[in-house]
Amino acid sequence: MARTLLDKVWEAHTVRTLPSGQTQLLIGLHLIHEVTTPQAFQMMKDSKLTVRMPERTFGTLDHIIPTTDQTRPYADPLAEEMAVHMIRNMKEFKLPFFDMSTGKQGIVHVIGPELGLSQPGMTIACGDSHTSTHGAVGAIAFGIGTTQVRDVLATQCLAMAKPKLRQVRVEGALSRGVYAKDVILAIINNLGVKGGVGYAYEYAGSVIDRMTMEERLTVCNMSIEGGARCGYVNPDSTTIDYLRGRQYAPAGAAFDKAAAWWKSVATEPGAAFDDVARLDGGAIEPVVTWGINPGMSVGVSQRIPSPEAQPEPERPTFREALAHMGFQAGQPIKGAKIDVAFVGSCTNGRLSDLRIAAEVAKKGKVAQGVRALIVPGSQQVEKAAEAEGLHEVFMSAGFQWRKAGCSMCLGMNPDQLVGREMSASSSNRNFIGRQGSPTGRTLLMSPAMVAAAAITGAVADVREILK
Amino acid sequence: MSTSTDYRRRQIVGRGIPVAGNDIDTDRIIPARFLKEVTFETMGEHAFEDARKHNPEHPFNQKAFKGASVLVVGQNFGCGSSREHAPQALMRWGIAAIVGGSFGEIFFGNCVMLGIPCLRASQEDLEWLQKAVGRTPQTAVTVDVDKQEVRFGDRVIKATIPDGPRNQLVGGTWDSTAVLLEAGAAIETAAKKLPYVTGF
Repeated sequence: MARTLLDKVWEAHTVRTLPSGQTQLLIGLHLIHEVTTPQAFQMMKDSKLTVRMPERTFGTLDHIIPTTDQTRPYADPLAEEMAVHMIRNMKEFKLPFFDMSTGKQGIVHVIGPELGLSQPGMTIACGDSHTSTHGAVGAIAFGIGTTQVRDVLATQCLAMAKPKLRQVRVEGALSRGVYAKDVILAIINNLGVKGGVGYAYEYAGSVIDRMTMEERLTVCNMSIEGGARCGYVNPDSTTIDYLRGRQYAPAGAAFDKAAAWWKSVATEPGAAFDDVARLDGGAIEPVVTWGINPGMSVGVSQRIPSPEAQPEPERPTFREALAHMGFQAGQPIKGAKIDVAFVGSCTNGRLSDLRIAAEVAKKGKVAQGVRALIVPGSQQVEKAAEAEGLHEVFMSAGFQWRKAGCSMCLGMNPDQLVGREMSASSSNRNFIGRQGSPTGRTLLMSPAMVAAAAITGAVADVREILK
Repeated sequence: MSTSTDYRRRQIVGRGIPVAGNDIDTDRIIPARFLKEVTFETMGEHAFEDARKHNPEHPFNQKAFKGASVLVVGQNFGCGSSREHAPQALMRWGIAAIVGGSFGEIFFGNCVMLGIPCLRASQEDLEWLQKAVGRTPQTAVTVDVDKQEVRFGDRVIKATIPDGPRNQLVGGTWDSTAVLLEAGAAIETAAKKLPYVTGF
């Protein structure tokens, strides 16, 4: 019987079936950061446990890192304390650590693929829900909680139930001004924020096939926003070309052997899925969220929907969203005024994202009263962007050019919304309070659309600017 | 690892607290700014902090629900961020079991790891239970993990939990590290079969 990538990777990593019926699943790559690990390391110390496979665990600092002045100690004593703990734990347990001095620090989901750590056929875990990102290279990658971080540190394994599999096919061709971010926002709008609970998503179809690796990373990143704990794309020549020459990818003859194995883990033709969903890529226009979860979105030419048009159980959430955002049902999303523009995050903080945003930034200047931040996803992205002169494009258009980190995606560092500020953001979550202010408001969109909003001072249709 | 001696979670009996609404995400349960802690100790104080500030009528503010241990929620509760700080905050506030329509998957798993059963009930039963608990907050709710039902007064509600986590909770084997360690050298044996571990 034809098998899926999920079947093959799951089987290859099964240590045993547990008495609970779950699988004891071996984890090939464990990525860690400062926010969800200190308690796990403390539990390890309390129980006198050692790290089972230290060579398969890699750490970095990303969530709390300031993106302006990075001299230690950090101005925020709590952030400093987290950094101190992370550095101490990495040293005590002798784990590879990409700190600021390495030139390789960055958001954990940006540096994993960038360094070639994330590879096809692997199982990857990290104490962060956006670990689904790494599925773009053809891995089974998922977010875990802190107690599970302890499990992976101590045993290199997790107790997991195998998810069901839904293939999400996006066919056709995207029109100009429509990007990977719009595709995943459209998928989530279509299947719902809880539509993927219990499922892994396999993204396929001609639109996904033609995507670059960085675009696929954007799509897989937001699987969790659709409820799916992991999402992946089958490895193909794009995957192999992307990995060639990366620091932790195999080199020489081993690379060719690796490439053959990587191809062999892809889903076979005729394999069965628990469900298949189809989307017409050609029908997708630039997407903007208007509400308080990533499924509450419309095309930029559309109007904000009415709660009355929703099924009865959904209406309270819709009303709450309208009240929080200060929007009226029926109002066009285009023209909604913004105060802040943020390009960055594990969703859209890669070089290609910055290139697209810079293209738009060339068409104008940041509107008066708008605070616009460009935050590269890693030190390597920052360096590459500067080598191309993107930072100069941004700065001369009035954008702030920052250092690498998670930044305003979740406001754990000083980059936060203030009061009810409205943010056009290339990040992944528009939850109430997400960007650091309990009353702050977030409109999710592609980096191109964020740059368009920045120079317009309001939600704009990037297709009109790029004309 | 917990030092408590009895890990079995056959049934939880305690007073209820209703939190209405769907898609309540983990940022809402514990905003990111409270994640800048290297222990979970103070998390309980910040459960639903922004929602409570914004709404004085929030159930977590009401005296009537103080000391409650069974949380009754809506659909897709705990979606979003993987932060274990969310179930930790609820647990340290006093929550020992959750009944809802559906749960965010990572949140659900994190709850199991902490010995907090999350059971699913029908929309109709949840609405009834939320109202009933609101009317008589002093009445105990029984969350029977073993029998997969929730009892309140003389009403019995069907409430489900998948077999895997149910076995772990009822059998007291949710302390996963101990269970995983039992595999011993089979872990290394499995690793050595993987081409990327052996260098292709």
